[in-house]
Amino acid sequence: MSLDVVAPLLLDDKLDLYRSQFALRQFEKRAYDLFLENYVKGTSHLSIGQEAIAAGVARAMRPDDWTFATYRGHAHTLARGVPMAPVFAELMGRANGLMAGKGGSMHLTSVEHGVMGSYAIIGAHLPIACGAAWSAQYRGTDQVAVCFFGDGSTNIGAFHEALNFAAIWKLPVIFFCENNLWMEYTRTTEVTAVANPAADRASAYGLESIIVDGNDADEVYAVTAACVARARAGEGPSMIEAKTYRHGGHSRADPGKYRPDEEVAEWLAKDPIPRYHQRLLAEGASEAQLVEIERAVNEAVDVATEEAKAGAVPGEDLLMKDVWANGGAEWRN
Amino acid sequence: MAQLTYREAIARGIAQEMRRDESVVFLGEDIAAAGGVFKGTVGLLEEFGPVRVRDTPISEQAILGAAMGAAMTGLRPIAEIMFADFFAVCWDIVVNEIAKSRYMTNGQMTFPLVIRSGNGGGLRFGAQHSQSVENWAMMVPGLKVVVPSTPLDVIGLMAASIRDNDPVIFLEEKALYATKGEVPDGDVVDTLGSAKVLRQGSNATLIALGNMVPRAQLAAEELASAGIDCTVVDVRSLVPLDTQTILREVSATGRMFTVEENPRLCGWGGELASIVADEIFYDLDGPIVRITTPHIPLPAADALEDLAIPSVTRIVETVQKSMNS
Ligand SMILES: Cc1ncc(C[n+]2csc(CCOP(=O)(O)OP(=O)(O)O)c2C)c(N)n1
Repeated sequence: MSLDVVAPLLLDDKLDLYRSQFALRQFEKRAYDLFLENYVKGTSHLSIGQEAIAAGVARAMRPDDWTFATYRGHAHTLARGVPMAPVFAELMGRANGLMAGKGGSMHLTSVEHGVMGSYAIIGAHLPIACGAAWSAQYRGTDQVAVCFFGDGSTNIGAFHEALNFAAIWKLPVIFFCENNLWMEYTRTTEVTAVANPAADRASAYGLESIIVDGNDADEVYAVTAACVARARAGEGPSMIEAKTYRHGGHSRADPGKYRPDEEVAEWLAKDPIPRYHQRLLAEGASEAQLVEIERAVNEAVDVATEEAKAGAVPGEDLLMKDVWANGGAEWRN
Repeated sequence: MAQLTYREAIARGIAQEMRRDESVVFLGEDIAAAGGVFKGTVGLLEEFGPVRVRDTPISEQAILGAAMGAAMTGLRPIAEIMFADFFAVCWDIVVNEIAKSRYMTNGQMTFPLVIRSGNGGGLRFGAQHSQSVENWAMMVPGLKVVVPSTPLDVIGLMAASIRDNDPVIFLEEKALYATKGEVPDGDVVDTLGSAKVLRQGSNATLIALGNMVPRAQLAAEELASAGIDCTVVDVRSLVPLDTQTILREVSATGRMFTVEENPRLCGWGGELASIVADEIFYDLDGPIVRITTPHIPLPAADALEDLAIPSVTRIVETVQKSMNS
């Protein structure tokens, strides 16, 4: 994978990338608190520890490109520029939510930001991302679709159907595997025929095997940007496997106790955010600049939380709305 | 006016819409170069080229996923699932993704797409290539379900389905592919959610769908000579459902019989019976009777398959018995 085509990030870009990662982290921490306080009902899947991926990939995309996320999709949604308040409100089931409370944590969508849905059936969105890419190809736009999924998702049929399909049609789609080593409660390598669940399968579809440090936003950005350039140039799909780790459990209040302590400690030491903080200092940013970014983010999280909490409970008018394109739900005359 | 087969009407309907709208694209297994396993799509590749008419691998999830992704970003795809039984391998995309996403996203997305599929028995293909699956689709909020019974309806309802902004499951009755009918020249565009009254009678109303429509019509002729004068209604579209026509026609005769190819349980006729019982119970002069395939997988042998699917004789006998008791 040649990175020659990729414009290097300047310090200002990197400060922005830091802001983005830090915001994703603070959002997720607040979402967790709101869950414990019973503001967030149902379930939620946090990306704490994996922020460098959502942030780095978003940086490599154009506003009119498309992302397809999983149920673990808060970070991927926010990274594309969706404001925090409607996402908090969606988690809380409020009328001011991103989808007025009709989707919930696992289905965040903002078409206006190119966030083309978050999907909670493992693997389903890989073929759907192919369809968006096909539409870009057909209409002759140079839009690109990026599809995020986990390591565990590489063992479902839709993954393999989508890869072959994208390869034969040379679709402008990037399959992005966030390998956080664990499915829900099972270690993926224990149930997978190969060591690198995505990268080792790439050659079966004529694709290059690409592995990247998923806790390094610069690296994620650069590799994604190269794949995006390739897709825009009509050279077809790519698959990226990023090694990363979720600091917490799979969902809700899962403490993730099935994981060995040493493993958790090893990955906490590779936390992408303090790491990036250090890198920025080494590259000439001042501590004061970073502190200011953090302060502004924390304030924004507080403001967004209050805005979300102030939202109304969705009313009955929403219940029977938008099953059909005409806005209604009638199935008979 | 021309005589067209049901099979030819499919390509005619698709071509009509592809000519008028560049955003209509068509994908599926063996649909392009081979013209479809039932030869229903012959000539489309030649007229519209390989960019708009595309052969796919045997990947039903990829086919329908691609259709969904294309629809949410501005195209109007038509996807083929070769045999309706194969919906089972890609049902997630249909029911969890396509059907739910507009609602879940609070109307941010629309899915103007059509999934065509060869439905039902009669060809001695055995249980895995013969099922009538319209009820699988009918029970899912967010899907429209259309089943034409004549070449004219194939064209008109195909056009309406392609122009519709919602996902439509368009079931072509395999047993009808070879049947013929009159079709006018020029464009034909019908309306979804409109049942057709094919025959007006005074004693009983037979309500049929797809392959069962011509059988209900033949049965009505036989019944007429036996002194039972029947109305025949072709439902044509399960969702949206033209309940007004059905309620009116059942009210008029006071007796309702459904003729359904599906296995017994949860067939569309059960839903109709419930609507009729709820809304016009006091207009009924006798029990509602459902004539269906028994609750079994379809057997392959012609003798057995003929016993299973409602035949003209079975319809006639069932109606006679019920009307005379
Ligand atoms: C088809 C399907 N099977 C099972 C599940 C339940 N499930 C939800 S998340 C998950 C683990 C997925 O692991 P991975 O793909 O590695 O993603 P991660 O959660 O680690 O981000 C499972 C089994 C599901 N949602 N869909």
